[in-house]
Amino acid sequence: MVEVNLWSGLTRFTDGIATVEVEGTTIGEVLDALIAAHPDLKPFIDAGISVAVDGEVIAKNRSAPVRPDSEVYLMQQLKGG
Amino acid sequence: MPKDELKTSFKWIGTRPDRPDGLDKVTGRARYGADFSLPNMLHAAVVRSPHAHARIKKIDASKALALDGVKAVVTRADLPTGLSGEDLNLQDNTLAGDVALYDGHAVAAVAATSALLAKDAAKLIEVEYEVLPHVIDVDDAFRADAPVIRPGLADHSVPKGAPGNVTRYIEFGHGDVAAGFAEADLVREETYKTEATHQGYIEPHACVGQMGADGKGEMWVCTQGQWYVRRMCAAVLGTEASQLRVTPSEIGGGFGGKTTIFMEPLALALSRKAGGRPVKLVMSRSEVLRATGPTASASMDVKIGMKKDGRITAGTVSFRMQGGAFPGMSPIGEALPCAFACYDMPNVHHEAYEVLANRPKAAAYRAPGSPMAAFAVESLVDEMSRELGLDPIDVRLTNGAKEGTKSSYGPKFNQIGLVETLEAAKAHPNYAAPLGPNQGRGVASGFWFNHGGETSVSVAIGEDGTVQVSVGTPDIGGSRASIALMTAETFGIDYDDVRVNVVETGALGVNEPTHGSRATHSNGKAMYEAAGQAIRELCKRAAADWGIDAEAVEWADGAAQPAGPNAGKFPPMSLREIAGKMGSTGGPISGHHEITMGGVGASFGTHVVDVEVDPETGRTTILRYLVVQDAGRAIHPAYVEGQYQGGAAQGIGWALNESYIYGKDGRLQNTVFLDYRIPVASDLPMIDTVIVEVPNPGHPYGVRGVGETGITPPLPAIASAVAAATGVRLRELPMSPPKVLAAIKARG
Repeated sequence: MVEVNLWSGLTRFTDGIATVEVEGTTIGEVLDALIAAHPDLKPFIDAGISVAVDGEVIAKNRSAPVRPDSEVYLMQQLKGG
Repeated sequence: MPKDELKTSFKWIGTRPDRPDGLDKVTGRARYGADFSLPNMLHAAVVRSPHAHARIKKIDASKALALDGVKAVVTRADLPTGLSGEDLNLQDNTLAGDVALYDGHAVAAVAATSALLAKDAAKLIEVEYEVLPHVIDVDDAFRADAPVIRPGLADHSVPKGAPGNVTRYIEFGHGDVAAGFAEADLVREETYKTEATHQGYIEPHACVGQMGADGKGEMWVCTQGQWYVRRMCAAVLGTEASQLRVTPSEIGGGFGGKTTIFMEPLALALSRKAGGRPVKLVMSRSEVLRATGPTASASMDVKIGMKKDGRITAGTVSFRMQGGAFPGMSPIGEALPCAFACYDMPNVHHEAYEVLANRPKAAAYRAPGSPMAAFAVESLVDEMSRELGLDPIDVRLTNGAKEGTKSSYGPKFNQIGLVETLEAAKAHPNYAAPLGPNQGRGVASGFWFNHGGETSVSVAIGEDGTVQVSVGTPDIGGSRASIALMTAETFGIDYDDVRVNVVETGALGVNEPTHGSRATHSNGKAMYEAAGQAIRELCKRAAADWGIDAEAVEWADGAAQPAGPNAGKFPPMSLREIAGKMGSTGGPISGHHEITMGGVGASFGTHVVDVEVDPETGRTTILRYLVVQDAGRAIHPAYVEGQYQGGAAQGIGWALNESYIYGKDGRLQNTVFLDYRIPVASDLPMIDTVIVEVPNPGHPYGVRGVGETGITPPLPAIASAVAAATGVRLRELPMSPPKVLAAIKARG
């Protein structure tokens, strides 16, 4: 299981849960499992987010690997200049 | 790649050869957006709203179309319907629908046989408006009684009861901030405000577009990202992306402002309506300032708790940012995690509201959101350091984020170089230079995430042993040179034997723009892998020639060499030698690599600035300026320094002078560079630089992006220097002479 940390604004849509455990070996699988567990997160994830895996912020690579002990944080989608 | 496996000695990396595009650029040979022309080409002009907010009741183009030489007019009625999300935002900004949302919003466009005729025709297009209430200032727009300019656009994140112009809300943090503040010896809370500023690129937007009735088209355009132009134009026009071929020109600055589109679909729509004749559209400076993306303006509350020894116990921020009249454009998602990123914060809380206002659609600007956040947080850290009698660099060293620190936005940092920049700044002679009357020193640090992203690169070996590299990122700050250096290093050939070409959308897979400080980092990695593919083939050809296994050949010093005791003894076979006969040994040799690049290394910098403030006029002079920043590995140090200096110069302008000035009617009043005051060379001293190198293990040569962090510390560093020089703290930018003088007089 992968522990996913949500930003606190999202806890309104997860019954107050800030950390969700889901199955997944890639960012894509983790996000899909997150939506399955908490469907109200779908608009936010579909609108575009970044995911920090072990300290590295990944903008949109759904195939990036995630290990069961990875540190995973959802973040707002980042833009650069 | 583990840090201790990174290569540390190089032949080419770290040297400073002339940039390959330098001669063309200094002799005027380089072709920029407005330089391109085609036979039978038409010229376009745009009709823009003179109102900040107005319903468009009627558009009558009959008088314009009656002019001899006018070939087409387009309005919103010529664009497809049914778009959503950012595609709809782009279309709404390309041409207003029922409502013009800001002064300068495009309402119609016309194509004619000359630029002069097109301008005359635009004046003949009659638009009937019903003026609506407008709101410009971010705090005014956030008020509960503000005119709601676009009802119903708030997304799911917005809490019930938020003001009507709020479209997005973010909240995150960790620890217990109440307990943290209770533990502090000093707690301060202040509000800071920054104005919107424009990227200020010297080259205005320009393009030539051609599109037939079959939806096939071409575009030549000044952009940071040709694939973005392709995708966005296709979305706005309802055509297929692959039917549009986009070629980037050279680019006279972008800084994020050319990662999107503003008027490009108009050239294509006009061309389609004019029977496929190419259409040229070049913005004036006034159009650039009125109708292309500045960054957001911001109003920011910050609260920090600090112990007497400088240790920060807690911090909170609450930001309000407007990014124009379009949802999703303000950089709240970037500003918040940057706010406290330089600090190891046990207790921290962030929140931000995006607010709509009747201003142009914001675009990315160099480390979007980070400079505003730094202005607020770093200014307050400085105020508190002074109040406690502490050295501002020592306070940052006490709290500085390092490898393994849980960042203020959650994840732990990998290898980073903030502490190294602080130590280098403290040791620099500028930090000990004596100051005179009316002079003051300021210090601030800054952070940017950096970005990788979609990257596609090809390398091709020439028959003479030279190497061509095809990349998809326009060269803004010397990326051709840095990619050529890494290529030369990888192949073991001379820098002059490499040519790096920036290619059009038909030549490579999708590339993200030159943005996010990614060009040298991501192209370097993709080139390294593509070169590896070509080198494996080169070794294979040599092995076949020698009659040994390919595994028994290695590449070193620009040549295939037999490796190991059983490989036999053969003289090295150079790249030139293998390439010269590749046609008869198996055909062309090339390499290609595609990647959604990760492995970005977070970027930190520290700036030290000395100013003198004239007490009679309030004018601030920058006496000396120091940028210290971690580059990971400086591939071409001169262009790394150039990025540092450029970021500092833009930050100096933002801090001291740049501002959008709106009249009570909501119209922009300073629409030319004479009135919108960016810094020029005579305003600045030579900006000193120190390159810190904490190699990024996510890159084969240790590169971190360097393009953006440099604009982040100048705003608070200069504010702190002005405070030290005058004894008054300005918490609202820009610190223009009248404002500084008024503050000095109020001080008494």
